[in-house]
Amino acid sequence: MPPVPVEVLTGEVARPHRQRSAAARVEHLYVHVPFCAHRCGYCDFVTVTGSEPLHARYVDALIAELAQRARLVPAPATIFVGGGTPSLLLPPLLRRLLAALPPATEITVECNPETVSEQTADALAAGGVTRVSLGAQSFRTQLLGTLERRTRPAQIRHAVERLRAAGIANLNLDLMFGVPGQSSHDLLADIDDACSLEPDHISYYELEAKPGTRFTHAHGDELERQAERMEAYYEQVVDGLRTAGYRWYETANFCRPGLESRHNLGYWRGADYLGAGIGAVSTLGLERRRNRPSLPRYLAALEAGAAPPAEVEQLSAAERAVERVMLGLRLDRPLPLGARELAVLDTGQVERLESAGMLITEAGTIVLTERGRFVANDVIASILL
Amino acid sequence: MALSRIRNFSIIAHIDHGKSTLADRILQITQTVSEREMRDQVLDSMDLERERGITIKAQAVRVMFKAADDRVYELNLIDTPGHVDFTYEVSRSLAACEGALLVVDAAQGLEAQTLANAYLAIENDLDIVPVINKIDLPAADPDAVAVEVADLIGDSADNVLRISAKTGAGVGEVLQAVVDHIAPPDGDPAAPPRALIFDSSYDQYRGVLAFVRMVDGSFHKADAVRAMAQGTRFDVEELGFFSPGMRPAKHLGAGEVGYIVTGLKDVSQLRVGDTLTLAKGGAEQALPGYQDVKPMVFSGLFPTDSDQYPELRDALEKLKLNDAALSYEPEVSQALGFGFRCGFLGLLHMDIVRERLEREYDLDLLVTAPNVAYRVQDANGTWHEVHNPAQMPAGGEVLATEEPYVRASIIVPKEFVGTMMDLNQDRRGDFQHMEYLSEERVQLVYDLPLAEIVLDYYDQLKSRTRGYASFDYDLLGFRVGNLVKVDVLLAGEQVDSLSLITHRDNAYKQGKQLVEALRERIPRQMFEVAIQAAIGSRVIARETVKAKRKDVLAKCYGGDISRKRKLLEKQKKGKKRMKQVGNIEVPQEAFLAVLDINRDAAGAG
Repeated sequence: MPPVPVEVLTGEVARPHRQRSAAARVEHLYVHVPFCAHRCGYCDFVTVTGSEPLHARYVDALIAELAQRARLVPAPATIFVGGGTPSLLLPPLLRRLLAALPPATEITVECNPETVSEQTADALAAGGVTRVSLGAQSFRTQLLGTLERRTRPAQIRHAVERLRAAGIANLNLDLMFGVPGQSSHDLLADIDDACSLEPDHISYYELEAKPGTRFTHAHGDELERQAERMEAYYEQVVDGLRTAGYRWYETANFCRPGLESRHNLGYWRGADYLGAGIGAVSTLGLERRRNRPSLPRYLAALEAGAAPPAEVEQLSAAERAVERVMLGLRLDRPLPLGARELAVLDTGQVERLESAGMLITEAGTIVLTERGRFVANDVIASILL
Repeated sequence: MALSRIRNFSIIAHIDHGKSTLADRILQITQTVSEREMRDQVLDSMDLERERGITIKAQAVRVMFKAADDRVYELNLIDTPGHVDFTYEVSRSLAACEGALLVVDAAQGLEAQTLANAYLAIENDLDIVPVINKIDLPAADPDAVAVEVADLIGDSADNVLRISAKTGAGVGEVLQAVVDHIAPPDGDPAAPPRALIFDSSYDQYRGVLAFVRMVDGSFHKADAVRAMAQGTRFDVEELGFFSPGMRPAKHLGAGEVGYIVTGLKDVSQLRVGDTLTLAKGGAEQALPGYQDVKPMVFSGLFPTDSDQYPELRDALEKLKLNDAALSYEPEVSQALGFGFRCGFLGLLHMDIVRERLEREYDLDLLVTAPNVAYRVQDANGTWHEVHNPAQMPAGGEVLATEEPYVRASIIVPKEFVGTMMDLNQDRRGDFQHMEYLSEERVQLVYDLPLAEIVLDYYDQLKSRTRGYASFDYDLLGFRVGNLVKVDVLLAGEQVDSLSLITHRDNAYKQGKQLVEALRERIPRQMFEVAIQAAIGSRVIARETVKAKRKDVLAKCYGGDISRKRKLLEKQKKGKKRMKQVGNIEVPQEAFLAVLDINRDAAGAG
């Protein structure tokens, strides 16, 4: 399919500056596969369950959308196929999707351990996938039950082995702390179990019980009761993983030296990115575009050769600068401050918090101290104008 | 009108005991208001009148009444402000009269406020016509109430009139009793004029209106007059009386009550209690009774939104035009920013002003805990009046302190006497006497520091007696008190707007309660917050708000950057509403923590 000019996406008349921005190369491509076998109670991502007959149509629609956008991302540095559960696609379909992706130096696919069969692992490797992110969440059977995850602890190990056997060396484990009923002992055991698998990268998230979700309804009271007990968990995660040789390079992410998620680093460094699939977000300059989450409408549009329905948020330069500060201070490496970033910072507050030991400014950069990183929201909200 | 055919009287009644209804009925019976014009509470319809562009409320209304002797009498019904804070104004109103109707609800009986005003009337030598209203109520017990009322004024229960202002039953008899039992004014129509100002009000078109009672002589339009105490001079632009609307007249004669349009631009130029006479050839001797009223309760008023400061200033200026008792001066608080320290006659006055500022001027205000005026003698022996705890010098520089006292009168059903004695004991009350008003109801009289009642005394009174207590107080003046200033330090920094002045015996307990109340109101933050209460350099209480251990967004990727940015902006907004003291962020409600300290104490006791 020939690339569709970008103007088709918006239905607007072509203007010169748009063509120029279209010519700018985007380095990071995100592809969303929304399907899940089951929607976990705590999840608030765009997911679709029980629509197996639609998998093939969706993959075709994705390929069509990628083709429409091909001119923007001729040669991305990184691609991230997330979900949902991309590994839920049957191997042939998975191969078809991967084959349609442009080449990239880092291609990550999110998988749930229980879906990683040998065939799936082979399909991933054959499709040029360099990195797999496994949604492990916990090695405790009971906590997996609370989270409504269908993985059993043994399946996590099997998945790691299969992926390595298939030749995918770079692995991430997603883990979670702050699960209702999780004791400090459970947490330390999870950290040990994760490290024993020697993943190259670990994402460790605190469970967010979002208001209105089924999960919060069921477990909110319990979470409130244990809030005080769980206060130290984040520190324990950071300590445990550092002791095991991981670098705490982002608020919730840890890696072996040199093995950061390059795709995600793109977000945190404020780079432009392009997203394909339902609910996927693209940020190009000051334009943020979110594909609408409706699967039927997405399929209908792409099958008719049109652009996916989307909503556009026009960002101001100041908003984008605020985002660069907010995202950049998640990292352990200093954020270079340009004129735009400086314009949204309250220098008095920066000085105050620097002398209070929350951050360090040096040679036109800013970085949070260890203590500052633990209370990053508060620090960032303080230093912004 | 000949003096013998004039009667000047007030109605003394507790709120809701039917004063307004009785006034309406009097207007109706005397045909001052036609049936067509009649609507409820003619004299109290301030808002309605304002809506129709008339801003002047009648403080005195003239009715003509044909009595049993077939002669027509001029009756002037003078309104009295309804509350303890305005005792001074009440006493000026009563000084303009020769008599008063004492109206008591047949079901409720005497209330402390009625009692206080009745005593004022008796002290002013007024003739009192006792009236029991609402005899048509099912719960009415006129016989018992008649005994209470008769005891109070030293009359026979048989002489107490029984009426229903609502139905009109007995109202004619009330007017006849006014003619029969209230003395006509005495004064000298030929003497140089003297008029008592018993109230004033401000109208944006006509300036200050003085409500006067002519004692001697008469005033005419265009007379050049002066206020004898203040020295203010003006020409009479117009004079007349209310019936119930403004009725200009050619003159006001001895014994009469009416208004004078002065053209003055500020009520503070013409104070209640002053005497008006002619600028040239006027009287030598002013009428007795003028005193300068001084605010006794002080509180800081700060706009919640600092941009509203100029609007607050304008609003206070306008209120002051019509309220000579209100005082204010700019105040800068490190925590609350720019505002005003305002002085009020009492708590009700404070509430009224705050409510008018918020409602009529659409301001969003933060009102700090009220405190009283203190007198402090410094190391040089000089006395200063302190209106704000922050102004109080440190302990070592104070030789002596004084605080205002009130005489409080509390009326309760007898089963609550014990709990009322406990409450007054707690509040450093000095028992004066106790009296059974009837078999069921008891009056307790205590001398109390005003400071002990400004916070929550009234709430306590009501909750401890299930609402049955009624309460009133009179200011006694300053008395020696062993007072100390308790300062609050947040993370080692003193916060001026959290200081309080208290009796030394209470300092430890209140300091502890204050830091506890602050601990509950100060959220955990990046830093540990040490909250200390101290007298001078001696720390008397300490609490700690632990630093938060984590405050991060668990994950943030391409799909939710906008949402996370909005969360951040929300957090930023929350911070902007807090006041920064050093490295500590203090929510505005924390500055009201001092409001809670006595409340907690009472809850425990």
